[in-house]
Amino acid sequence: MTAKPKLAVFKFASCDGCQLSLLSCEDELLTIAGAVEIAYFLEARTQQLEGPYDIGLVEGSITTAEDAERIHEIRRQCKFLVTIGACATAGGIQALKNWANVDDFIAQVYARPEYISTLATSTPISDHVAVDFELRGCPINKQQLLELIAAFLRGARPRTPSYAVCVECKRNLTVCVAVAQGIACLGPVTQAGCGAICPAFHRDCFGCYGPKEQPNLVSITTHYITQGSTPESLVRLTRSFNSNAPDFREASDALAAASDDHSQPGAAPCPPIEHSS
Amino acid sequence: MPANRTFIVTNLSRVEGEGALYVKLNGEQVEHIELNIFEPPRFFESFLRGREVREVPDITARICGICPVAYQMSSCHALEKALGINDQITPEIRRLRRLLYCGEWIESHALHMHLLHAPDFLGYESGVSMAADHREVVVRGLRLKKIGNDLLEILGGRAIHPINVTVGGFYKAPGRKKLKDLLPDLEWGLAASIEATRMAAAFDFPDFTMPYECVALRHPDEYPLNEGRIVSTSGLDIDAAEYEEHFQERQVPHSTALHSVLLPQETSYLVGPLARVNLCLAQLSPLARREADAYGIAWPSRNNFHSIVARGLEMIHAYEEAIEIVKDYQAELAVSRIPFELKPGEGSHATEAPRGLIWHRYRIGDDGLIADAKIVPPTSQNQGQIEDDLRHYVPQVASLDDAEATRRCEHLIRNYDPCISCSTHFIRVTWERT
Repeated sequence: MTAKPKLAVFKFASCDGCQLSLLSCEDELLTIAGAVEIAYFLEARTQQLEGPYDIGLVEGSITTAEDAERIHEIRRQCKFLVTIGACATAGGIQALKNWANVDDFIAQVYARPEYISTLATSTPISDHVAVDFELRGCPINKQQLLELIAAFLRGARPRTPSYAVCVECKRNLTVCVAVAQGIACLGPVTQAGCGAICPAFHRDCFGCYGPKEQPNLVSITTHYITQGSTPESLVRLTRSFNSNAPDFREASDALAAASDDHSQPGAAPCPPIEHSS
Repeated sequence: MPANRTFIVTNLSRVEGEGALYVKLNGEQVEHIELNIFEPPRFFESFLRGREVREVPDITARICGICPVAYQMSSCHALEKALGINDQITPEIRRLRRLLYCGEWIESHALHMHLLHAPDFLGYESGVSMAADHREVVVRGLRLKKIGNDLLEILGGRAIHPINVTVGGFYKAPGRKKLKDLLPDLEWGLAASIEATRMAAAFDFPDFTMPYECVALRHPDEYPLNEGRIVSTSGLDIDAAEYEEHFQERQVPHSTALHSVLLPQETSYLVGPLARVNLCLAQLSPLARREADAYGIAWPSRNNFHSIVARGLEMIHAYEEAIEIVKDYQAELAVSRIPFELKPGEGSHATEAPRGLIWHRYRIGDDGLIADAKIVPPTSQNQGQIEDDLRHYVPQVASLDDAEATRRCEHLIRNYDPCISCSTHFIRVTWERT
């Protein structure tokens, strides 16, 4: 009998939500476990089989010197390395510190900053090692994760869309919140994959899947400003879970430069939070 | 046992997040114990500053993929107090929020009971390997979990990081038919959660008791989820606004998660399902209440290995309450969201995450943006108690070899279902024996 492909799941700075998506494949989990050997997955099993692994799923961003080292060893161990989620593919929500002075952040949260070791930045896995495929989302969509694993098993490239959330909205017959309600929505520049759930719930897309292929952030943000959005609010909109994705980052920097008071979210000059030592 | 050996054993598994345990023994005497949480800090409290009020629940959800609702609910309630609209929340919104929280309790408790913790009692290293001999248990757990996720998807848009939760209520009330269509599954889940809890209650529990100071929310009319006063075994009874007068967070060198202590003695305390059942048994739903009495466990229990039973009782409760809410849900709400005007203010609030009390405080500045945020997750509150438990438990297992002693300690830590990503995140166990 041929040995089953070995799958490993690794975690860096993140919320665990993307790897939880594997456990959330409730109907398919035992089928997956029959098709691949889940060789390393700390959240799900105690036994840890040694590499090399055929497919490695990486969740989370690089925020410490140790993790910047660890990802290289993981790359060596994995034949096919896939990043899952906004943290691993774009740096995640914690990349907001890239715009701030990290020492200020540490001082705000910790009474004894000297105990804390962290890099000044939160960066995606691809900034550190070669990545074979990136699965977008905050969190990823479990159907896309199943497609990824199935495609890997049949030796094909996973079929995930590169078009905008707007396409999914049209397919769902959801009334456009930007056109009908004048809400600044990131749908036109955000990659599809979530099923366009936010507009279906009468609210704006806030960019969980990051920029679509060739987005035009200048056009859409200019349009929203003419409709009454402030540059500051658009800075906040583009600086969230995929803020460090180049298209969103550049757009948010341009908006911040255009903004009068140059205020930057997350970098407000506030006194430290009082924590007792 | 050979002297002067240092063992680096393993990563603590089947917990959400990552940490390390260091145990130093002199013979069978515990010299030192450290539960290290070395998840890189993610600085949520810092980058919430300068954000808009309505962005907060979307951001705080990202603290944890397993219990995002707990973060969203605590944020919303605290901000509603800061904005002065907490009294305007309608009973319908309130009920839907409880239903959403029931969904999170169901998916989290089902996952922990069946896939993370039951393998410890049944002698397996994972839920998947347990499935080879106990397939029906794993399949039941997965379906119980899925129904919780279905509830979250209908109400919240998606199970992980719901998008329909906002300050003042929901962006959109759920369709009546979608909820009602879930009733047969909820009815199945109620019966299956009773079976699951009976299974858990029949497990062989280690003989280990501790004089816990339990802390939980308590509400006169309902089992605590979203609201209540913070109470404790020794008679503490305070409003969430008084939290900081009675609890303090401290930083310890070996962890990126802060340790909470109860004042004035600066002692550790217990939050989570066992604490809640111990303090709020009377408010459990009728079937959960009946089951609680049937297992021969004397409540309040001081044995935290009973936490898997407490979790089961809460899952029964959550299914029973969910059925009641769904049956009563007659029409789409006239108002799904209470409007508000941005204004300066401060508000704090506690809710009950699946793994324990979670407390948030926000200050809104003159510019209408968040000026200050403080978040105390359940795991940082339980961290000191986990270390205390280990200090008392390790002598019981110290004569075993390192692999078995590690397994027993991991089992004990899993009583807490610690969500280390919440408190910040990696677990390895190092045994130092001299």
